[in-house]
Amino acid sequence: MDMQSTSEALTQLQTNIDIVWTCLAAFLVFFMQAGFAMVEAGFTRAKNSVNIIMKNLLDFSIGSIAFFIVGFGLMFGVTNGFFGTTDFALSGVDWAGPDWNFTFLIFQTVFAGTAATIVSGAMAERTKFKAYLVYSVFICAFIYPVFGSWAWGGLLNGGGWLEGIGFVDFAGSTVVHSVGGWLALAGAIVLGPRIGKYGPDGKARAIPGHNITLAALGVFILWFGWFGFNAGSTNIGDGEIGRIAVTTNLSAAMGAVMAMATSWVLSKKPDGSMALNGALAGLVAITAGCYGVSGYGAIAIGGLAGVIVVLSVFAIDRYLKVDDPVGAVSVHGVCGAWGTLAVGLFGIDGGLFYGGGLHQLGVQAIGVLAAFAWAFGVGLGIFYLIKLTVGLRVSKKEEIRGLDVGEHGMEAYSGFQIFTTS
Amino acid sequence: MKLVIAYIQPEKLNDVKQVLYERGIFKMSVTNSLGCGQQKGFHETYRGVDVEVNLLKKVRLEIAVNEEYLEQTIEGIIEGARTGEIGDGKIFVHSLDDVVRIRTGERGHEAIG
Repeated sequence: MDMQSTSEALTQLQTNIDIVWTCLAAFLVFFMQAGFAMVEAGFTRAKNSVNIIMKNLLDFSIGSIAFFIVGFGLMFGVTNGFFGTTDFALSGVDWAGPDWNFTFLIFQTVFAGTAATIVSGAMAERTKFKAYLVYSVFICAFIYPVFGSWAWGGLLNGGGWLEGIGFVDFAGSTVVHSVGGWLALAGAIVLGPRIGKYGPDGKARAIPGHNITLAALGVFILWFGWFGFNAGSTNIGDGEIGRIAVTTNLSAAMGAVMAMATSWVLSKKPDGSMALNGALAGLVAITAGCYGVSGYGAIAIGGLAGVIVVLSVFAIDRYLKVDDPVGAVSVHGVCGAWGTLAVGLFGIDGGLFYGGGLHQLGVQAIGVLAAFAWAFGVGLGIFYLIKLTVGLRVSKKEEIRGLDVGEHGMEAYSGFQIFTTS
Repeated sequence: MKLVIAYIQPEKLNDVKQVLYERGIFKMSVTNSLGCGQQKGFHETYRGVDVEVNLLKKVRLEIAVNEEYLEQTIEGIIEGARTGEIGDGKIFVHSLDDVVRIRTGERGHEAIG
């Protein structure tokens, strides 16, 4: 072989490795849906398990279709400055060929599905199933892609104002997790707390989840899937996969340790559910900076996320009095914002602690605020609209008996006697 | 001496306990039970097939009292458990021949309180 054909063959080989790695990463991220389903089912009561599973199945299914037809084009098409206007349903792609856009679409679809499914947990145990299905269309067809186009449009044909000013969110602390988390906050506020969550004196009560074993399995599955989420976001099969896997893992590990320690200090025991949330908090927080921080940077980001998540869960529960059964707002919204800001502190290129000054931190803050304004604002609007039309919440009677029987006419644990007096 | 047995809706247990506690009645046994009365259970479907009558989840309270506490106990249970809808439950009252406290060997009225 001459030099030219050797170099062509190598290029082709690298392209195929990129495709294989990106698809593999997409499949890992898809498996995170199972993680979310288990975490949410485990952290809530047995009488609502079928409902949780159905929400997780259907938000991904409806979201996949909505993202394919509408969302992908809005996010990655040629932009009008606010959103993309081409590439809907992969228009122009040869369906008989191996176009890169197929790989890119499946990778982006599972990310959109992740943002969508975050909301399910915060709205658990009291939301009308029909209302949730309507919301599922909006997030993947509209809310997520429009914000995504501002930060990530340039990955294909678009180009948004946030990436234009230098906003860094490598794998989506803000684009995916904060957007999902702030939508979850809007949903939980419009819904109101579960019956029995707050006593007559306004004090928060515990409504323990029915299966911490399942919740733990869910967290491990999410941690596993996150290696695809972060390390896959290069879309390139090379040594950077390993580096990103290391920063991701260190942050998750320190998140679990610090959340455990914080709950140990504040509530006298190492709380299992908080430690699990802490691992997720570390993962969410490192998602923005996983490409551009050192090992110690990752440990610092994850450790602080572990502290922040516990304080945030307490604050939202006790002072804001917003009922978020699984801690989705704290894990995804708050720690997503923290992780995004942390790029301005710990980023090797441009971070404050590496002599980069305050510029990057300021840009990161703009992105964080934009995500909150967009997702929370539009979320409030859409959930109020759903409340006024199809209705958002089930009846008191149905909530007490459980949504499994009320919404789906079946029970998750038929044959087992599961009793609750709450 | 009487034994009061009441079947109530599970979610009403806390209210009933609270009302009874305010009336000085705080000794009770609680067990989970399944049953149906006028409510006739509930309707389910599983993979397209109807499942018609299901037993509903209830809570069973047992409270042994001396006569002077009987009406208070009954009223307390009603106050805590009543919603006015079918399914609120039932109260049964038995006569009680004897009561023995195992630790001390006390019997009858002494052992109940």
